[in-house]
Amino acid sequence: MAKLHVSTTINGEPQEFLCDAEQSLLDVLRGPLGLTGSKEGCASGDCGACSVTVDGRLVCSCLMLAAEAEGKSIGTIEGLAQGDRLHPLQTKFLEMAALQCGICTPGVLMAAKSLLDRNPDPSEHEVRFWLAGNLCRCTGYDKIVRAVMETAKDMREAVR
Amino acid sequence: MTDVQYVAPGSLEEAVRAFAAASGAARILAGGTDLLVQMRSGALRPTLIVDIKKIAEMTAVEEGPDGSFRIGAAVAGAVLREHPRLKKVWPGVVEAANLIGSTQIQGRATAGGNLCNASPAGDSVPAMVAANATVTVQGPNGRRQLPVEAVPAGPGRTNLAPGEIVVSFTLPPRPKGSGDAYLRMIPRTEMDIAVVGCGVSLTLDKGTCTAARVGLGAVAPTVLLVEDAAKALIGSKLDAAALDKAADACRAACRPIDDKRGTIAYRTQIAGVLLKRVATIAAERAGRN
Amino acid sequence: MNAPVSERPIGDKVDNKWIGERTVRPDGAEKVTGRAAYAADTTMPGMIWGKVLRSPHPHARIRSIDTSKAEKLPGVKAVITAKDVVDFPIDKSVMLGIQDMRWMCRNVMAREKALFAGHPVAAVAATTEKIAAEACKLIEVDYEVLPWVIDVEEAMKPDAPILHDFMKFEGKPSNIAGKLEHKLGDVEKGFAEADIVIERTFRTKPVHQGYIELHACLVSVSDGKATVWSSSQGQFMVRAMCAHLSGLPQNDIRAIPAEIGGGFGGKTIVYLEPLALILSRKSGRPVKMVMTREEVFRASGPTSGSFSRVKIGAKKDGTIVAAEGTFCLQAGALPGSPIRGAAGCAFAPYNIANVHSVGYDVVSNRSKVAAYRAPGAPLGAYAAECVLDEIAEALKMDPLQLRLKNAARQGTKLAYGPVLPRVGYVETLEAAIGHPHYKTPLPKATNGRLYGRGVASGYWFNAGGESSAQVNINEDGTVVVITGHPDIGGSRASTANIVAELLGIDYRKVSVLIGDTSVIGFSNLTGGSRVTYASAMVVTQSTERVIGTLKERAAKIWEIDPEAVEWENGAARPAGDNAGKFEPLTLAQLAAKANAMGGPIGAGTQLNTTGAEGGFATHLCDVEVDPELGIVRVIRYTSFQDVGRAIHPGYVEGQMQGGASQGIGWALSEEYIYDKNGRLDNPGFLDYRMPVTSDLPMLDSVIIEVPNPKHPQGVRGVGEVPIVPPLAAVANAIHDALGKRFYSLPMSPPKVLEALGDEPPMKAAAD
Repeated sequence: MAKLHVSTTINGEPQEFLCDAEQSLLDVLRGPLGLTGSKEGCASGDCGACSVTVDGRLVCSCLMLAAEAEGKSIGTIEGLAQGDRLHPLQTKFLEMAALQCGICTPGVLMAAKSLLDRNPDPSEHEVRFWLAGNLCRCTGYDKIVRAVMETAKDMREAVR
Repeated sequence: MTDVQYVAPGSLEEAVRAFAAASGAARILAGGTDLLVQMRSGALRPTLIVDIKKIAEMTAVEEGPDGSFRIGAAVAGAVLREHPRLKKVWPGVVEAANLIGSTQIQGRATAGGNLCNASPAGDSVPAMVAANATVTVQGPNGRRQLPVEAVPAGPGRTNLAPGEIVVSFTLPPRPKGSGDAYLRMIPRTEMDIAVVGCGVSLTLDKGTCTAARVGLGAVAPTVLLVEDAAKALIGSKLDAAALDKAADACRAACRPIDDKRGTIAYRTQIAGVLLKRVATIAAERAGRN
Repeated sequence: MNAPVSERPIGDKVDNKWIGERTVRPDGAEKVTGRAAYAADTTMPGMIWGKVLRSPHPHARIRSIDTSKAEKLPGVKAVITAKDVVDFPIDKSVMLGIQDMRWMCRNVMAREKALFAGHPVAAVAATTEKIAAEACKLIEVDYEVLPWVIDVEEAMKPDAPILHDFMKFEGKPSNIAGKLEHKLGDVEKGFAEADIVIERTFRTKPVHQGYIELHACLVSVSDGKATVWSSSQGQFMVRAMCAHLSGLPQNDIRAIPAEIGGGFGGKTIVYLEPLALILSRKSGRPVKMVMTREEVFRASGPTSGSFSRVKIGAKKDGTIVAAEGTFCLQAGALPGSPIRGAAGCAFAPYNIANVHSVGYDVVSNRSKVAAYRAPGAPLGAYAAECVLDEIAEALKMDPLQLRLKNAARQGTKLAYGPVLPRVGYVETLEAAIGHPHYKTPLPKATNGRLYGRGVASGYWFNAGGESSAQVNINEDGTVVVITGHPDIGGSRASTANIVAELLGIDYRKVSVLIGDTSVIGFSNLTGGSRVTYASAMVVTQSTERVIGTLKERAAKIWEIDPEAVEWENGAARPAGDNAGKFEPLTLAQLAAKANAMGGPIGAGTQLNTTGAEGGFATHLCDVEVDPELGIVRVIRYTSFQDVGRAIHPGYVEGQMQGGASQGIGWALSEEYIYDKNGRLDNPGFLDYRMPVTSDLPMLDSVIIEVPNPKHPQGVRGVGEVPIVPPLAAVANAIHDALGKRFYSLPMSPPKVLEALGDEPPMKAAAD
């Protein structure tokens, strides 16, 4: 049967693609769109490595049909930096060694950005529960949580 | 290999028509957090997916003039949490819906999907049962209403007629002095399926419990309404003896299984522990309202 | 430059500019922008998809396989079975590193029998993933289903189903594949001298490494030459395995290391690469294969479940006089469980005159074990450190003081052979004793919650082995370093720090790349906590040779003797009689003149490194227990580890924190659960419960530096020992909270509640 035609916006740019009805958004991002920054770790919504935003809302792209992207605005890790300028979270993760193998990092960064967009001053408890859907096996989360809180602090001070 | 079709109708009538026409081979897509997992694992291979999120009635939260709430079946948990009035009036329901999965899952998962997935461990269901929620369903033969606890038939099965779609939940008006709460036991702090879930809604008048409902999850093939536990609470001042009696009633109602998530003995014991904790939180909230 | 480490007083602080700095890793920007290419992130023109058909039975003889229907399905380009994989006959061992090719050829594709549910029996390559999956369903396998056994104790019973007809133990058919024994002194005599003897039995479940990246590869065979793009802990291992299993010579295989999304030992062997290669050769198309998470759990190596007995005897003053341990480890379907780690490391932190430690390697119908962070050592330490806690309790001694009294130190003879050189175990204990964590009282039991504190120590061998590095000076004075080790946790950053330090230049001028098998010389696995250790050695030698060349060039320009030139702070300077006579020549100036003055500057080094020396750690753990629900939460955790020298403290701490976190998961929530049909019942992240962010507190890490005298920078391996103490540290903390001891893992809520029974916990009663 014919493929579905989907018109969407990805990282601020208009984008069209064709997909099968059962394909996930992650399948299409990683396949035809070549946006392999979103990772597949489980395909069941348990690891968060495929985290993207849809109209500003954090979701697992493995749990959303590509067809549902019609008319939506999708944000992926590839759109986090502004051109050559890294997002403060990205810079802080590098400075604080908040990644080791790096496979979970794109999803963690998308989730952390989504948190800071809503809550510029999260407690450690809030950071930990917001990020509970992003599995990291390398770091024990310590440096990730610290980097998110430090970034929030820097961003608050920059606004002042 | 049969191909799957995807439709996203703008009206409920269209959705019902498409869903009914596919006669059992179709699946409703709300948040998709169960459906996509089942499709990916090969457990499910629908021929038609009906996305209901373009239907206005199913994606809205409305407060009625009488203080009741109507929650569209396709409203995501994160949207419920951000609703200022609902969170205040029905904190237990909102908490329960927000325990379904991670932040990411919250961005998608719905109470409608949680109910229709018919897992005995669905977190929002015991809270909805405790809240005395009514479900509106629409099918080829029109619209009807039924209590939320009447929807699940067993693990993965519902009592909905062929072609019927859950449209919304209605939470009744709240008398003064009412409060609700939901707690579940999971081994981790997040990301687990409830080993036991317990929802309590109650009303206090000068410290005496005048009305109560108790919903219990993951201890039987369906979520249970435990009337004996409610009876033990009603008329009491929620003293230790009443809580013990209600906890015993919860344990007596349990018909759990041994599985990878918990044992029969463990689930039964925990059901009583949770009842006491949840009733205490609900009472504390009721005291403030 | 700095004096050689061996000449420095131990434990001194060296005035380094880059070594010990928290620099930004060279591969960092790519990893935070999503541009880094992991195994599944690559495509090739004409690429098709491979899929594996797996046995649904835990144990079955394969009578026949009919692939004809699958081959006829439109879109299918190749189907393979065991007959397409090179056979290694059972009677002749062919070792490749720690793997025996007899087992590897049977692990990647079932031969005579399917030995676990999930065992590959055939593989298909087709134009789409969907067609490949459909084709798998069309393959008809005639199985003779056999009785099966999974649990290690069951598998050792005389009447257990036997997995391998060829396997005999003490002359009888058996599932015991091997035995390892370490003896020191006379344990009988030792126990006779003891005032107290405690003997306990411990059980653990298999646990998975849990890397987030799925196993994946892309292989293209064209004109008999193969390019393998995959993520592994060693591209040379991938090449050799593929060569052995496909029959291609090594020069016709180029193994390119993709970025690796976690391994923890689990990617020191191959699953998909040889199959993709053979499918590609058969189809003439590049073949991509990606496991699902379910396949990763079912068919890639967890580490062993175990059954152990440990007996320790001590005098009243706390002197340990004898220790005995028997460690039975479940290898899975084919031999190779890490008994060396369990039997060798269990008692290694202690100076004990009489030790008898035995390991049994036991096969059972579960996926073949793969290395997991300090393989086997956590199992040994769990048993030994829990028994020690009981000894301390019985003797009314502080558990850290008991350990300090018996601590292994320079000159201690360990049961598995070595006499220790200068090591830093005592320092970890002293640091723990003096740390605010140990001095801070536990929270008072409130709201029904109970609190406890536990301690445990651990040892890991660490490893040296083969490494290669090339250091090249670019025309503009920047530097490119190529090593042969996949960077799993920031090792490129350590390499950059070392080269920048030696050359006296900014670390940002040093690029560090991981070479493929055609680019760089043989380098053994990223494993055994060896990468920073060994690559530092080859990188140091290469850089020192480059500095030699730079000094020669400067000498030539100045027309003085090369011995009269010194290298300091990024420039050649005239020394001795010539001091001050010429302006220093910087690296950039010398690089610009390189081609005119004798050609490009660079040096390569290949070594079989030795002198790795073991590592020690001591952990403190505080728990909060909800005794009504049986839930245990770790609320404070501090690790103390002798790391030799921290080249990049951020990534050293990262190893300590990551190991602690995995160990906490092992202790509390992770386990392989089997159903009544012998199939894994929790093959996903939902029910295989690894710690999530909200499960853990901050994981404090105290780096202790007792430099390794055998290493140019003083490095000891750091990656593995952090997972050794947590199992016992958590168990001992739970005992402190509840007054109950737990002898099996995980200490999950139902088990905790069951152990508590109807009695209130001792501590609650006391409060």
